Parts: sequence; C-alpha cells; structure tokens
Amino acid sequence: MRRVHAFHGGVHPPENKAQSLAAPIQPAGIPPQLVLPLAQHIGAPAQPVVRVGQAVRGGELLAEADGFVSVPVHAPTSGTVSAIEERPVPHPSGLPAPCIVIDTDGADAWAPLAPLPEAERADPTKLRERIQGAGIAGMGGAGFPTAVKLSPGPGKTIETLIINGTECEPYITADDTLMRERAGDIVAGTRILADLLAPREILIGIEDNKPEAIAAVRAAADSDMEVVVFPTKYPSGGEKQLIEILLGKQVPSGGIPADIGVVCQNVGTAVAVHEAVALGRPLVSRVTTVTGEAVAHPGNYEVLLGTPMGWLLERAGVDSERARRLVMGGPMMGFSIPEPACPVVKTTNCLLVPTEAELPTPPPAQACIRCGLCAEACPATLLPQQLYWFAQGKEYDKLEGHNLFDCIECGACSYVCPSHIPLVQYYRASKADILARRRESEKADHARERFEARQARMERLAAEREAKRAERKRAAEAKAKAKAEAAASEGAGGTDDAQAAATADPIQAAIERAKARKAALAAGTAGEPADRLATLSANVDTIAKRLAAAREKLDAYDGGEASVAEALKRGVEKTEEKLARAEAELREAREGASEEA
Amino acid sequence: MAWLADYPLAAAVLALVALGGVFGALLGFAAERFRTEGNPVVDQINAILPQTQCGQCGYPGCRPYAEAIAAGEAEINQCPPGGEAGIQALADLLDVEPKPLDAEHGEEAPVKSVAYIREDECIGCTKCIQACPVDAILGAAKQMHTVITGECTGCDLCVEPCPVDCIDMIPQAETLKTWHWPLPDPAAGRVEVIATDRLQDRAA
Repeated sequence: MRRVHAFHGGVHPPENKAQSLAAPIQPAGIPPQLVLPLAQHIGAPAQPVVRVGQAVRGGELLAEADGFVSVPVHAPTSGTVSAIEERPVPHPSGLPAPCIVIDTDGADAWAPLAPLPEAERADPTKLRERIQGAGIAGMGGAGFPTAVKLSPGPGKTIETLIINGTECEPYITADDTLMRERAGDIVAGTRILADLLAPREILIGIEDNKPEAIAAVRAAADSDMEVVVFPTKYPSGGEKQLIEILLGKQVPSGGIPADIGVVCQNVGTAVAVHEAVALGRPLVSRVTTVTGEAVAHPGNYEVLLGTPMGWLLERAGVDSERARRLVMGGPMMGFSIPEPACPVVKTTNCLLVPTEAELPTPPPAQACIRCGLCAEACPATLLPQQLYWFAQGKEYDKLEGHNLFDCIECGACSYVCPSHIPLVQYYRASKADILARRRESEKADHARERFEARQARMERLAAEREAKRAERKRAAEAKAKAKAEAAASEGAGGTDDAQAAATADPIQAAIERAKARKAALAAGTAGEPADRLATLSANVDTIAKRLAAAREKLDAYDGGEASVAEALKRGVEKTEEKLARAEAELREAREGASEEA
Repeated sequence: MAWLADYPLAAAVLALVALGGVFGALLGFAAERFRTEGNPVVDQINAILPQTQCGQCGYPGCRPYAEAIAAGEAEINQCPPGGEAGIQALADLLDVEPKPLDAEHGEEAPVKSVAYIREDECIGCTKCIQACPVDAILGAAKQMHTVITGECTGCDLCVEPCPVDCIDMIPQAETLKTWHWPLPDPAAGRVEVIATDRLQDRAA
C-alpha cells in the first residue's frame, strides 16, 4: 500500500455531489444549431478550413491547429456551416470570439472513422500527431493541448504518469460517472499514454468520496496501474497538489510537473485519447454535469461540443424563475456566464444553476482582520493577506516577490475569509495586470529599438548624401582643371599633330603593312631561288591550264557573233603571250640557278 | 630616516601627505579605468518611458526627454502616454514627489489607439512615412500606404502631415487576449467606515 502524503492547507466545502449522481450518463441529443469557438483551448486559435454554406459530416475537420500549442476543431454531427462569425463564448469577460456555426440536419451522418493502425501505435510521433489531430485539450478545466504535455522535450524522462480522477470541486460529478461507466476506456487510454511516455509507474488518483468509481477502476485496471485512494479535501485535484499527495514531491515554483518527471492527465482526457487512437473519433463531445437547485433533472449529459448552454439547460429542466445565475465550472473556481447562448466547449465540465438560497450573493467585504485563516487554507503555502495588501497597493514587484504566480486560484482563501474579502479576485486581477505590463514593456522595448534603428538610418543616409555631394564637387573641380589645361596646351600645337596621326593611323598602317609584305617578297625572291623556281613553274602550269580552257572555249564557239569570237581569239592570244613570258621567266630562273650551282 | 624620530610632527605630516598621494593616485586611476560610458540615469529613465516617441512632452522622442529629465531641464509629468503610473515610477526612481500630469502636454488616453489609413483615399505622398518615428507605415511614392498595426505606438504624428486627412486614430477594442479580471471595487460593498460615522455624514 502506497503511503499517501498531505499538502498544506485545503478546505472542506459541502460536496453537493449526490444530486447529479442519481442517473447514468445520458445523451443530450442534437440541438438545432452548434456554435464551435475556434479557441476552446489554451494557445493559438484554430484556423477555419470550411466555407459558409458547406455541408459537413460528423468528425470532419472544421478548423486546423495553428502551430504546436493549438488543436483543431471538428464537426460534432452532420449539417451545414451557416456562419463563421463572432459569437459570445464562455469566458468571464463575456466578450465575443470567432466561432463556426453549424445548422444541424439531425441525420448525424458521419465521415468514415480511421483508427490508428496497430503498427503505427508504437511510433510516439504518430501517436502525438493523432492526439493533436483529434483536437484533444485537457478536459479537467484548463484546456491545455494534451499533445504538448505529452512532449516533455529532450533530456526529460517521465518517471510517473498520473491519471487524475480526483474531481475535488463541489457539485461536479462528470469524472466520477465517467469512471463508473467507462473505466475500461479510461484504462485503454491510460495504456496508450503509458506507451507514449514509458513511465516507471502509473498511478490513478481518486478521492475516497467516490467508492463506486474506485471499485470500477480497480476492476478494470491493468496489473501495472496502481489506483491510489486518498482522503477528500479541496483542492486535491490541482495538478501540483495531486503530485504532492501521491509522490510527496513538490513541483518547483515557476516549473511544470515534467521538471520532476511527472505527467498528469485527467480521466476525461484518457477517454478522449482512447477514442482518438483506437476508434479514430475526434473530440466532438464531452460529459458535462448539469446541476444546482434550479435544475429539475440534474445529472451528467454526453453533450456535443458547441451545444448552446440554454438548450442543454432546457433539456435538464431549469426553472429560470429560481435560477440566480449560470456558472460554468464549480462554485469554487467557476465563473458566471452572462449569456445562456454560450456554447458548451471542451473545458465545460459542469453547468451550475444555483438558487439564491443555495449560493447566496456574497455579503459586502469587511476589513481584513489579519486572522491568518487564509494562510492556513492556502494549498500553495502563500501568504494571502500579504498578497491582498500588495494587490490593493498595486505593488507588483512585491507581489512577484511573494510568489503570486504560484497561486492556483483555487479560492480556498476567499472561502475561509471571515470578512468575505474576494481574495482570489485580487490575485487574478493582479496576475493579469503584471502580465499586461510585461507585454507593454516588451512592446516599448521593441518600439525603442525601431526608433533607434530609424535614427541610425537617418544619420547614415544624411552622411551618404553628404559624401556623394562632396564626391560630385571633387569631380566637377577635376573636370574644370582638365579643361583649363587642354585650353592651355592647344596654343603649343603639340596636341594637333598627335590628333592627325591618330586619325590617319588606319590608312597609314595598311600602307605600311603592304610595303612590308612587298619587301618581304623581294627578299624571298633574292634569297631563296628554289622557292622562286617552284612559284614560277606553278605560274606556268596555271597559265597553261588557263590557255587550254580558252582554246577549248574558242573551238566550242562556232559562228554566231563575230565580236564574241574575236574576243575569245584575243583572250587566247593574250594568254599565249602570258604563257610565253612565264616560260621565259622560268627558263631564266633555271639558268640563273644552274649558273649559281 | 632616523632624524624623523626627532620631529614627530613632521613625521606625522609626511605620513599623511604620502597616504594622501597614494590614495589620490589610486582614485584617479580607478576613475579612468572604470569610467561609465554615457549617463546611466538616462537609460533608467528611458526604460520607464513608454517609447511612443510622440513628442507630446516637447522633446523629439523619449530619449531626448529622458536626457532632459536627467539634466534637470524637464519635469517628470510631461508624458501623457506614460500616465500616472509612469509619473509614479519616475518619482520612485528619482526620489522626488510625484506630480499630477501636466495638462499642457495632453491627457492620458484611457484606451490605446493605432493609426489606420483609409487606403482608397491615400494619394501616396509618403509624408506620413517620413513622420512615423518607428517605421510602422509601409508604402512608396504614388503607391497606397498602410500601417503595420503591431508596430504602431499610437503616437499621432502621422495624422498631421497627411494632406488628404485619410488617417484615423482607432482605439483598440478589447479582445479575449487583452481582457483581464478587474480588481474588485472596494466602493462596491466594502465597508471602510464605522456605521455611526456614516450616520454622521448623512446628518451633516
């Protein structure tokens, strides 16, 4: 038996869980319209991939993940995309956000589902891709993309995988019923997560106020999974608190569980992982508790994501006369929804509709009496009353110095405060203020860099202009000087001759080249008689050939015009003369050569 | 050196002079060796200023204003974009009394604005581009210009030079990303005075 540790503080608010546990999980049905926010998770909103008017089937991709810390959105049933616009979303601000609206057709036609083949399940990358591709974000309430949590990064080994079935917040029973009815799926999902992370131990943590869930999970669990039961206390279900309960280790301030080798996943997330991998079904529905005294049929509903809360509440039989407000989440950490048209999203674990008597308006806050009850209740061992003073004075440095960012906003301090001071509200506001100031100061730094870069550029450009101007001035001066010099030398006339020489040059050169060639030939005639003889005999041969051709022509020409015949005859005679001259020359040369020899 | 023993007064004076000389040399060397470049106070002041570069303080940018404050030429309450929080931070840094924002230089805008150019009216004169202190306007001569919203500091300087008045300053709407929980309003229910005090108030 594992030793269970205790964390500091905590409170025991009335549980109020029995109301919604009377009936099993029931399907809520298909509403006429689904409103799917593009950001149902922490991180970048998904990017729509459908057009208005497009028909979609269940399980089809509506919007794809935008980056690593983001998840896609899928169609929960068949219908037509009727709008992609801003609609109110479940957020404490009540501000609208981009949503894809589907008019359902009631046929619930589904695109074929493709389970991940067994062979690919051994590949962690494929598994993570599938988990992200199925749109799975933490189902416990925060909505952090699950695939990111399952990528602890290089160098970090995961020793322990914790499946969180604590569900410590009053009223909520979604995880409880899920464990009772779908323990097999939870174990199958846990097995997939364990294959992915290869932890040394697998723990399933459940509070002792859920005996039926404990029995069901124990019966379904594999031998290497340990179901750990611990006493009920709020907020045991906080990730850091649960790790301390099960392992006795604290997550360092500002760190994440993976820093101490732990990954924590909600039971709902385990079921979603199982469905995505083994069935190929993306995350399109979730179990939501609908409870509160103003609800006629409290219970757990399997709700399609995007179902308007008002429609779901109508199904559960809400008495709007008695309902004081609509809370998403539990009474401790939940927030009021201003608009019942808001849709159920991936993080909607509970819709609480209390009456005035059940959850009365908090009485006016009194002055802090420094009783210290909040410090005793704080599960993060902070000093709430100290933080309260600093928050009032907006002393942000001191707030950070007192580890405001370790506050998990569980509300235990506000719960115990005898002066009814909404402490957690101060911390939420201060945290957001500090983050906003950080963003602003980053932006200011960025603006300063740009300003300085611009100043530097202006100076550089001015310097360049100045340099160019100086350059031009120098060039102009040099030109003027050259001109003046030219004008001065023209009087001497030296340049004129040179210019004439330059113009006459090509002709002169040609003449000189011809002279040189003749001289060379003459030198050759005198110097090399053998060559001269060869040239002359070739000359004789050529002329003899020419004479033969002319005679032939004369013979061939019979009659016709006399002048032509005369011309031919003269040509023959001239050629004969040429031949005789050439032969005489050759003879002379031969004689000269033999004389020399 | 033995003669010094006969003149204790001279010995003491000599020793002190020697010490003074040694330490003076040391200090002089340190002042040269570890000299600080620039004025670190200016950088600290500049880090507090919002870097809008709007010139509402009367100086051409945040750094010149920081230099003027450091030189004692400017008051700390001349920066409307920085607002009361900025004045408080400057007062803390310089250890002076915070003052209310000088109305002469403008009022603190409750919501940050960014410039928007009505593009079909833009004639492409590039005057706004030259005016923008952080190069947040994109365009070329006779081409339409547009503002890079993420880089705009909302300084207003581009509005004045535009010859066709096609630039608007649009307050930035609150989004889910910028929204945050407000601090609980103490006046909304918190009782700070004793009940009888309140009765007296009413009677008065």
